[in-house]
Amino acid sequence: MCLAIPALIKLIEDKEADVEIGGISRRISLWLTPEAKVGDYVLVHTGYAINVLDQEEAEETLTLLREIAVMDEEEG
Amino acid sequence: MRFMEFCGGHTVTIFRYGIRQVLPPAIEMVSGPGCPVCVTANADLDKAIALAQIPDVIIATFGDMLKVPGSYSSLQKMKADGADVRVVYSTMDALNLAETTPDKSVIFLGIGFETTAPTIAVSILQAEEKGIDNYYVLSLHKLCPPVIRAILDSGEVKLDGLVCPGHVSAIIGSHPWEFITRDYGIPCVISGFEPLDILQCVDMLVAQVENGESRVEIAYRRGVRPEGNQQALRLMEQVFQPCPAQWRGMGEVADSGLKLREEYRRYDAELAFDIDISQSCEPAGCICGDILRGVKTPADCRLFGNACTPEYPVGPCMVSSEGSCSAYYHYGGDFGG
Repeated sequence: MCLAIPALIKLIEDKEADVEIGGISRRISLWLTPEAKVGDYVLVHTGYAINVLDQEEAEETLTLLREIAVMDEEEG
Repeated sequence: MRFMEFCGGHTVTIFRYGIRQVLPPAIEMVSGPGCPVCVTANADLDKAIALAQIPDVIIATFGDMLKVPGSYSSLQKMKADGADVRVVYSTMDALNLAETTPDKSVIFLGIGFETTAPTIAVSILQAEEKGIDNYYVLSLHKLCPPVIRAILDSGEVKLDGLVCPGHVSAIIGSHPWEFITRDYGIPCVISGFEPLDILQCVDMLVAQVENGESRVEIAYRRGVRPEGNQQALRLMEQVFQPCPAQWRGMGEVADSGLKLREEYRRYDAELAFDIDISQSCEPAGCICGDILRGVKTPADCRLFGNACTPEYPVGPCMVSSEGSCSAYYHYGGDFGG
């Protein structure tokens, strides 16, 4: 139930934003993340952004995951 | 080594991707009580069901709650009998519903942990801001750290590490878990929800155990900061205050629930409506309570897969997609169960 998914902020209007989640556009609330900016990735839970994703950390993790995937293929 | 994954979302990832099977036999994973629907006590479910029977009331709820059986009925059965029960994705939808149906009372079922409670706090602040006076919340929220303490204090399950919930920690940060390392010497790692996140987390827990350490580490660094989300915590604190709460299988746990503060009590469904419930009771033979404490698995339940299935659930752990019984049923639970 604590499911939250990353979404890209496309537009901000007052305390709401239009985000893109897997190609679908949705309006969400920014009450919990007033610092969010257009172009940020946010974690969305039940229509609310609950955190702005740390881009550097996300990229570092993605790189790590890619490295593991490559290792898997090589061992595979 | 025995590690508990607290969160139902982690349980689903572990089962869906067969993580128990790929871990060496020396590592045992046990599921914890981190499914808000599952831990909601029958007496609280009965309140929600009683509210649905009041004329001119619309119950707005997350979908997971619909099929959960209370003592005598479920919201789904009430809906079939004519009660106005609507599934919403967000409290924003519930608030819109209240705004567009001013002649009805809209009661939102406030189920969830620290991840969800701030969103419900916001809905109350928005109701106040917009002057919406037909919106109410049945506050059944639960807080995670106090129940972990209750589980550890019971001594029923011996743990060598804890996989801490990722999105609860996105709100509360890493500091509220430090008592587990300090008072119980148990390593804690906050994990994300991808299968590799879980493996990374297990690897970090093993490293701590092997080095004789116990500290709180954040594996899910892209989503969790040590200080959490201060804005969400502020709003939650503004609207709610801690109170004792009933947990299925664990009974009352001090300071593990949230009730509306005095200045927001007019939104409290429990105070605004007369709730008439009979004596609550548990379904005969259901061991959801023991499963939620991590002392039994669904394989120990004689109802599992026979009398209790996702189509005809007896207990909540079979209803919720994050419940242990549902995960065992859908993905097979014989491996490392």
